[in-house]
Amino acid sequence: MRIAVCIALLTAVAGAALAAEIPLSERRSGYSFMSADTRAMQDEDTANPGMLFVLDGEALWKRKAGAANKACADCHNDARVSMKGVATHYPAFEKALGRPVELEARINLCRTNHQQASPFAYESRELLALTAYVAQQSRGIPIAPGDDPELAPFVEKGHALFMQRQGQLNLGCTNCHDDNWDKKLAGSAITQGQPTGYPLYRLEWQSLGSLQRRLRACMTGIRAQAYDYGSPELVELELYLMSRARGMPIETPAVRP
Amino acid sequence: MARLAPITLLAAALLAACAPASAEALRPYTVVGDAIPASLTGAKGDATRGRALIVERSSTCILCHSGPFPEQSFQGDLAPNLTGSGNRWSEGQLRLRLVDAAHLNAATIMPSYYRADGLTRVGASWRGKPILSAEQIEDIVAYLVTLRN
Ligand code: HEC
Ligand code: HEC
Repeated sequence: MRIAVCIALLTAVAGAALAAEIPLSERRSGYSFMSADTRAMQDEDTANPGMLFVLDGEALWKRKAGAANKACADCHNDARVSMKGVATHYPAFEKALGRPVELEARINLCRTNHQQASPFAYESRELLALTAYVAQQSRGIPIAPGDDPELAPFVEKGHALFMQRQGQLNLGCTNCHDDNWDKKLAGSAITQGQPTGYPLYRLEWQSLGSLQRRLRACMTGIRAQAYDYGSPELVELELYLMSRARGMPIETPAVRP
Repeated sequence: MARLAPITLLAAALLAACAPASAEALRPYTVVGDAIPASLTGAKGDATRGRALIVERSSTCILCHSGPFPEQSFQGDLAPNLTGSGNRWSEGQLRLRLVDAAHLNAATIMPSYYRADGLTRVGASWRGKPILSAEQIEDIVAYLVTLRN
């Protein structure tokens, strides 16, 4: 009896020490931490600078490219129909590669395999524009990561990376985004680090940027060696963030300070 | 030197022998209870320089802490306000907090400012170096002990 109580207590203590995942009812997008002005900028398509990229993306969707001389639209037709909800379950497992790929990599796979064109560079205007155009078709739709069992080990790795302390400042993502999201870091709100708005327009960047750009910025902030764009680690982190944000609506193209 | 435990001296000698010529070897120090009573440099720090350092963003203190720094509009609230630190802690206790806060609380988020090993994936420009030099830590300690109100 005593032993059982002890075990129960120990388990409770251990559970409390491990940062608990944020319950659905308390999940908050970065949007809810912003000033009224910045929110209005996201809400109004005519004021949202991210919409210029979306328009570019729409043009690219329809433009023929590569040796195959095919446009995205030649295979996928109207993105408003075919791409609806797609971004809610990325990164997705890519059987041919045996690993998950993020939306940007998926687009580049279509470029190389189906258009026979060269892949776009990470953070190039073209790749951001196409990704934003595809993701915008999921605006308002809840994030629903695939429950493909092949994804599970990669989500687990992403979770471990999220918990891992690193860099000269020796902090983990969880220290800020699970434990201190209601606080301020040198005056700016620390949010829950939810991946709902990407690619998004960041006023600080004066540009649209990908989720991976954001993750690399957080790593540099703690003086860690940022993982390369497209590296397995960044994709695993993206995957974990999406599973952690399950049920939250996509906001692409969001605006952030 | 007589104060140093033999193991500290040995570690320091090993460090000096193995550290790349470019990285400055950390100076040895001795923890007594919850404090490092002796100055890391053997000299007293400069409180004015210490205050200037804390207010500078590159020292990282005010990312998390606030304090009596009216000229700084962006201060953090992840950590206690530094006002009154000199009342709450002795010079030696403050020194250990800066050098290695994790020694006192393994789960703390406060970085260890005078430590260069046992870390993961440190970026190339910071690798092998402590966040602050021994001199900078002494300057900050000299300032913190003046916060008595
Ligand atoms: C020292 C604190 C700190 C650490 C550690 C940290 N971040 Fe951040 N993170 C921030 C701040 C501050 C922001 C900017 C606030 C904002 O715009 O959301 C941010 C923003 C983000 C965002 C964007 C949220 C949005 O609404 O667009 C994501 C995602 C994120 N972080 C993930 C991570 C991941 C993954 C790690 C670890 C590799 C990490 N962070 C480590 C402080 C931190
Ligand atoms: C990433 C967050 C973070 C940073 C950066 C940081 N600290 Fe701290 N500090 C804390 C926390 C949290 C505590 C509370 C005790 C603990 O958790 O160890 C603390 C405690 C202290 C204390 C004791 C406060 C008291 O009276 O209870 C002092 C003094 C202090 N820090 C000074 C500094 C100085 C000086 C710097 C910069 C050189 C600094 N800290 C950087 C998080 C931080």
